[in-house]
Amino acid sequence: METSNKTIVEEKALKPVKISGAEAVIKCLLAEGVDLAYGYPGGAIMPIYDELYKYQDKLHHVLTRHEQGAAHAAQGFARVTGKPGIVFATSGPGATNLVTGIADAQIDSTPLVCITGQVSSHLLGSDAFQETDIIGISTPVTKWNHQITRAEEIPEVIAKAFYIAKSGRPGPVLIDITKDAQFGELDFTYKKCEKIRSYRAVPKLDIEKVKAAADLINSAKKPFIVWGQGVIIGQAEAEFKAFIEKTDIPSASTALGLSALATKHPLNVGMVGMHGNYAPNVLTNDCDVLIAIGMRFDDRVTGNLETYAKQAKVIHFDIDPAEIDKNVKTDVAVLGNVKESLTEIMAFINKGQHVAWLQEFAKLYQKECEVVINDQLNPTKEGLTMGEVVNKINQETNGDAIIVSDVGQHQMFACRYANFNKTRSSVTSGGLGTMGFALPAAIGAKMGMPEREVVAVIGDGGYQMTIQELGTILQTQVAVKIVVLNNSFLGMVRQWQELFFDKRYASTVMKNPDFVKIAEGYGIEANRVSKRENLDGAIKTMMASKEAYFLEVVIEQEDNIFPMIPTGASVSDIRLS
Amino acid sequence: MEEKQNFTVSVYTENNVGILNRLSAIFLKRHINIESMNVSKSEIDHVHRFTFVVIVPKTLIRKVVGQLEKQIEVIGAFYHTEDEIIYHETAMFKLSSEFLYDEKIQDKLKFRRAHIVTITERYFVIEASGLKEDIDRMYDKLKPYGLLQFVRSGRIAITRPKMAISELLKETI
Repeated sequence: METSNKTIVEEKALKPVKISGAEAVIKCLLAEGVDLAYGYPGGAIMPIYDELYKYQDKLHHVLTRHEQGAAHAAQGFARVTGKPGIVFATSGPGATNLVTGIADAQIDSTPLVCITGQVSSHLLGSDAFQETDIIGISTPVTKWNHQITRAEEIPEVIAKAFYIAKSGRPGPVLIDITKDAQFGELDFTYKKCEKIRSYRAVPKLDIEKVKAAADLINSAKKPFIVWGQGVIIGQAEAEFKAFIEKTDIPSASTALGLSALATKHPLNVGMVGMHGNYAPNVLTNDCDVLIAIGMRFDDRVTGNLETYAKQAKVIHFDIDPAEIDKNVKTDVAVLGNVKESLTEIMAFINKGQHVAWLQEFAKLYQKECEVVINDQLNPTKEGLTMGEVVNKINQETNGDAIIVSDVGQHQMFACRYANFNKTRSSVTSGGLGTMGFALPAAIGAKMGMPEREVVAVIGDGGYQMTIQELGTILQTQVAVKIVVLNNSFLGMVRQWQELFFDKRYASTVMKNPDFVKIAEGYGIEANRVSKRENLDGAIKTMMASKEAYFLEVVIEQEDNIFPMIPTGASVSDIRLS
Repeated sequence: MEEKQNFTVSVYTENNVGILNRLSAIFLKRHINIESMNVSKSEIDHVHRFTFVVIVPKTLIRKVVGQLEKQIEVIGAFYHTEDEIIYHETAMFKLSSEFLYDEKIQDKLKFRRAHIVTITERYFVIEASGLKEDIDRMYDKLKPYGLLQFVRSGRIAITRPKMAISELLKETI
């Protein structure tokens, strides 16, 4: 089907034909290889939906139950495939409902192409029905946005949108198309965009910087790597692995970098950050060279910047010049695509060996096991722990599943305890911390990678923020596995209230509905488990199902996630309890 | 706390709708007040030039300019200190004609670059240009006469160091 699309597009490229703006939108998407989109119709985007109807055999449109769900589903799709997620929404409330998803995609560098309908150009600014200034609203949270008021602009603008969304540091773009531009006619030809004169997608690699970085690495006694999602986005997993294996440097991931390197790789020393592993956090303040690769020193990673890795020389590999020295002052900045930078540096680095240094990580890991991990995975208390549930999912999926997590305690348990064998297996809302992300993102992830198991791990709070997307599962029969870890609390906020607000549980107690009945109402097989002896069987049954499945696990109510770096504390002051 | 200082930020952009919003959003998200702003065409066809004045610490201005620079339609963004630029502002003062022959006012007009541009029966208009301080001084002197209107332009500045916009454009084409 793809090849026949291509020939049609090529033929049309030779001989312009008059078509409507709305049809042109669809043809542009087909020319970009799009065959799946998410969205919700409404008045100002009806001409485009009419064309989606006509082209439904080539471009499948998934009707979500809320525009926010469409945006998150497109994000899930984009994160597992690397292709831009496509979203349609109408003007006014349709467009504003996308904003959370767009902001999430912007801060987590996820490519999205969002197309919104807009009132006719002669009504712009008149407070027309369902008119809102979505260009103004979305400007701070998009990589680029543009309003189209004439049909002829459509091909060029959409071509630019795809190029911008995908290239360099990816991100969301929004195209707002007035209704008259959708109805208007144009001579259609499509040419993909390959450059924009004011935009440099990838900075030119400076080989002198690569050599300077290599010199620092070669002379380091205690080098330490923190990698981020840049390794995944840059498709540099193999180069990254070759680099760390040659240099023998202990490497830790940010939350978004998870799965770029297999969890069980001997040089993978875990996750950094507020609820990351003990060793990589503590030893950040002991290393002599800190090598940051495709990450941006988020405050949840660094803790107090005044005491972050002050003893170390810092090397920063990144594609975005604006990230250099933004939070942490670097000694050597290597700008460029990490795939290229890491390939180039191989010639200049020596084979390394850091046995004693790696031993320090192992020692601290042992301590973390004794105080935290063993108790999470093999608890002695009666209530179920989030860690043991994630661990059971590991056992049942052999670490081959895509784990989509929401935001809160369960997310940190998922990030800490899930095993990943393959890249692009962890999908979570990192920078924005958007509760309600996981259910729709899991739908998109499963549609993007239908042959892989997708397990959404969600808390009872976040689940109810986008629970309406069960309707999307009902309608599309997408086979996602949903695990709700229910502690009847907004657990993360409750934990902070316990630790820092003298247990004043202000608005964190949740009275929840019967989740099983709700899932069943949507035609989804569902089960609830609250006893340890039933957990294993329940997860086995869920994973054996070929269809969508819902499992509620009733969790110990006031369990806490540790280790923890309290706000304002140093990474090396991470608390184990 | 690092000391704040005056920076003149020059941003070369495509001439498209919405860019001002995108640029001002970068200042807004860091809670930076824009002291003055000017937009005009530049020395290059179809390239617009924004000139902002902000008062911030030096470490911050570097980050802000980096974030301005990375906007898709920004060709180049630069920041300069006061001694790196030749700058200028223009102001207009509208006064009642009863003061037209007031000698003291005539005295004020002797100040470097001020002159009367319009005289009518009811009012007259003085135009003055110079540094911000010159105009502030002029303002203080004329204020007692009851200004009918006052307006001042944003700063325009030519930088002593080169801003290699044409070269930047050549590289990306």
